[in-house]
Amino acid sequence: MKAAVVVFPGSNCDRDVAVALERAMGRPPVMVWHKDSDFEDVDLVVLPGGFSYGDYLRVGAISAHANVMREVKRRAGKGVPVLGICNGFQVLTESGLLPGALMRNKSLRFVCKDVGLKVETGQSLFTSRYETGQRVTFMAAHHDGSYFIDDAGRRQLEDREQIAFRYCDERGQVTPEANPNGSVANIAGIFNSEKTVLGMMPHPERMADPVLGGEDGRAMFEGLVEALS
Amino acid sequence: MKARIHVTLKSGVLDPQGKAIEHALSQLGFQGVDEARTGKVIELNLAESDPERAREQVDLMCRQLLANPVIENYDIELTT
Repeated sequence: MKAAVVVFPGSNCDRDVAVALERAMGRPPVMVWHKDSDFEDVDLVVLPGGFSYGDYLRVGAISAHANVMREVKRRAGKGVPVLGICNGFQVLTESGLLPGALMRNKSLRFVCKDVGLKVETGQSLFTSRYETGQRVTFMAAHHDGSYFIDDAGRRQLEDREQIAFRYCDERGQVTPEANPNGSVANIAGIFNSEKTVLGMMPHPERMADPVLGGEDGRAMFEGLVEALS
Repeated sequence: MKARIHVTLKSGVLDPQGKAIEHALSQLGFQGVDEARTGKVIELNLAESDPERAREQVDLMCRQLLANPVIENYDIELTT
């Protein structure tokens, strides 16, 4: 399996996700600079976390129009899987590859902590190593992670099983108290309708080694390697 | 020609900054503020001098970049 990690000015989780991918794949991913309009054929494109373009205008808004995103959109249209984590999720919504928008946290505070997530479906390229309903711990680190979508859009996501993860408490219950940022319906991550694009605010790559405090995220990368090799 | 674009949050979209402003105003003793909503203003200097064409251009800019139609409304004000 081959993967690419896109690097925008202000990305800061590109190396972390490259390390997690390399461990799972047995080879390093290709790092692609945002100005590149083309890159080699890969089985997975990752948009990493960070603060691309200093979050100017709106989070992810400038990056969504970077050269490389035209190519990412073209490949996503052909079914190449795309994973956007944190700022990567924000770029995916701004570029129209995923519905909705990410806004300032309800608390107005930067949230940096471990979060419990309920896996809404294990039936996807990204979540095949998890059971539907399983509780996993990833790490959240964001200021603009409040997922917004209108009621009709939310119902559509639910009907088409496009919700990947929801914030939950220790017992796996999806409660308002477990919602760290004010996201609609505790949504932490969503798929496109084909489930080939996943955007999520919490970081699986920051839970991919016991040294980091947990390994729940490793299964996502291992599952992707299994599915895409 | 100059364009001033007001970008505001759609009604129903949570505005925590607006809530914080509302709270701070009431702490300062200002009564009777039912709601505060925040937004942003973007000013552009345009080469175009025809108002109709200018509005068309700016409208396209708003739809492609300056506003996010999922959460925001925009209003364009043109001055010479």
